[in-house]
Amino acid sequence: MTTDVHQLDDGAWISVNDSREVNVSDLWLLAKSDFCGCEPTDFLAEGFVDTGVDHPNIEARIAGRCIACGTEGVTDWLTVGRVIDPESGEFRGVVHDSVHVPAKYRRLADAEQ
Amino acid sequence: MGSALGVDTLPMPTKVENWKDEVYGNEIREHLMNFAEEGWDAIPDDEHDAWFERFKWWGLYHQRSGQESYFMMRIGTPNGVIEPGQLEVIAEVADEYARGPAENPEFGDAYCDWTTRQSIQLHWIKIEDVPEIFEKLESVGLSTQQACGDSWRNIVGCPVAGKDKHEHIDAWPIAEDLHETFKGDDDYANLPRKWKVSVTGCDEGCGQGDINDLAFEPAEKDGELGFNVRVGGGLSRKEPRLARDIDVWVPPEQAADIGHGMSALFREYGDRDDRFNARIKFLMDEWGPEKMREVLQEEFVDFDLQRAGEDMRDQYTYNAGGNEHGDHVGVHEQPDGNYYVGLDVLVGRMGVDDVYELAELADEYGSGEVRLTQRQNVIVTDVDSDRLDEFLAEDLLEDYSPDPHPFMRGSIACTGTEFCSLSIVETKNRQVRYARWLKDNVELPEGVEDFHIHLSGCTASCAQPQIADISLRGMKTRKDGEPVEAFDIGLGGGLGENPQFADWVEMRVAADEVPGYIENLLDAFKAERDGDETFREFVADRDEEELQALADPEETSYDDPYLGNTKMTWYPYVEDSDMQSSPAPTDANDEPLPSDD
Repeated sequence: MTTDVHQLDDGAWISVNDSREVNVSDLWLLAKSDFCGCEPTDFLAEGFVDTGVDHPNIEARIAGRCIACGTEGVTDWLTVGRVIDPESGEFRGVVHDSVHVPAKYRRLADAEQ
Repeated sequence: MGSALGVDTLPMPTKVENWKDEVYGNEIREHLMNFAEEGWDAIPDDEHDAWFERFKWWGLYHQRSGQESYFMMRIGTPNGVIEPGQLEVIAEVADEYARGPAENPEFGDAYCDWTTRQSIQLHWIKIEDVPEIFEKLESVGLSTQQACGDSWRNIVGCPVAGKDKHEHIDAWPIAEDLHETFKGDDDYANLPRKWKVSVTGCDEGCGQGDINDLAFEPAEKDGELGFNVRVGGGLSRKEPRLARDIDVWVPPEQAADIGHGMSALFREYGDRDDRFNARIKFLMDEWGPEKMREVLQEEFVDFDLQRAGEDMRDQYTYNAGGNEHGDHVGVHEQPDGNYYVGLDVLVGRMGVDDVYELAELADEYGSGEVRLTQRQNVIVTDVDSDRLDEFLAEDLLEDYSPDPHPFMRGSIACTGTEFCSLSIVETKNRQVRYARWLKDNVELPEGVEDFHIHLSGCTASCAQPQIADISLRGMKTRKDGEPVEAFDIGLGGGLGENPQFADWVEMRVAADEVPGYIENLLDAFKAERDGDETFREFVADRDEEELQALADPEETSYDDPYLGNTKMTWYPYVEDSDMQSSPAPTDANDEPLPSDD
């Protein structure tokens, strides 16, 4: 089936196949994010700005703030989960408070391998 | 749009516009009624997002995670006017249909919320009950139509229009006319985003026109009273804007023409490709007031616009930071010799038994009319002068006082994580606890009778935090390594002749240290204040560094039971609050529906 991904309610949600899956207000730990000088960045998600797909991963750019240094802004693409069964469209979200590496660095790392 | 990967990645703005193109406006009602008849399960799983977006137009907003199948319902009461006979019906609806599966420890299991846009919000509404609720509401002239969604929202204004000694124009008939004209008009049913309008005829500035998309403010031109027009105000998303003067004056009979013209301009030129950029404040950023006026004149009105008249902004006292009361709480004589009595409703929430009682008292002592203010309070109008003292002695007024303590009087809070998807923190119950603690523990400086603390759970700014003496905006921080709910704290905001948004001074303060911060801040204000300087002047006289040096957050005897992540619960106040323990989604009788898994 086609996977349908979008944000909802002024960026409060990421909806995957019409199911509200990822909500704002959680803290995400970002490694090597260049979002701010903190390592890792302790990032509060305040709103989903963009959604996208790096198959099978569902990705998002998130507006928010590092709660350690106060830097505000929008993250690079982050994996927020993946569709684990393309037939049923079943989605599994990442554990937001484990460490996440934004797309730019992940791709650089992949290129070096 | 599909892709080679079989993934549909249309950006959300386009998606919402697509849904609106398919079904929107009045026609949603028929679908809503069909779903109501067939029950929650009848809404196809793969159409949830589209229908929930559309239901907003009819005042229904799907509640947050863990509360699936329950809706918030908003009833729009233009200018906050609840006509005789309506409040009792509102209480009946709340009593019968707005009882959820759990109780709020401060407010019980059925209550009404009076909002900062003079509307009413009820929670835990089941879709199956919507036809009966609509029938009851409409039997007394109430409606949820366009209370949310992308169209003309509830029109706000001076809540005592027509009953106010400060009034130059009775703006109530104009607000009523705009309401009648634009509710249900298909030409304006599908705008790029919400459209908020304020109409005021008094010289106190209590219509809060500065923070609306379109504002009519009283002004005189060649000896005639009418309105100056401002455009492009709003507070949301860390992008607060004050409405700008477009140099237009209209007589009262042409206000609706400007309403037509400006909302048609917004319909045609507002950004439908990016919902985050859709409000007219962003078009105003791009165009400026001269071009806005020019396009309005050339394309959207068929008469010559007159230049702005002489406004009354230098007389504005409402939330102006001065020593006059900046609200409608208290006992005030009307021009007809009767009285209106403004009652303080802490954080705007009133238990349903009290709403019944209020309706009875309004009927017994006044005309039966009650009005809502933009400070989440209620006003009983037309109280017979001979029975004023008797009314003031009623028991209900001990809890909803016309002469409240400043910390009770000044507290506003939005819905928060109790029900709202956007909020980061718990709000109403916390603000109740803040107000009580401050009242018991903190003395305000001599002569300070108004002190506004607005608490908003997120950047949507529903509690209008930027226009308060102390602004609290939901955040997170870590305390002893653990994530806790917190606030950014702003100072010195307000309206008046020269409105000012708060300066964000103290960031990411743990929620249990906020009362201590306010106590320390007020101690510094008392110690360093210059004579009878107001708090707003005190803040304006200091730069950011000086403001930051004034006070530190501090733990005190204040206890915060909501410090953890209330958003992770299905309902923050129940014993077993774990998301997995939620009964939702439920059927029409609040019984859990079988899981799909």
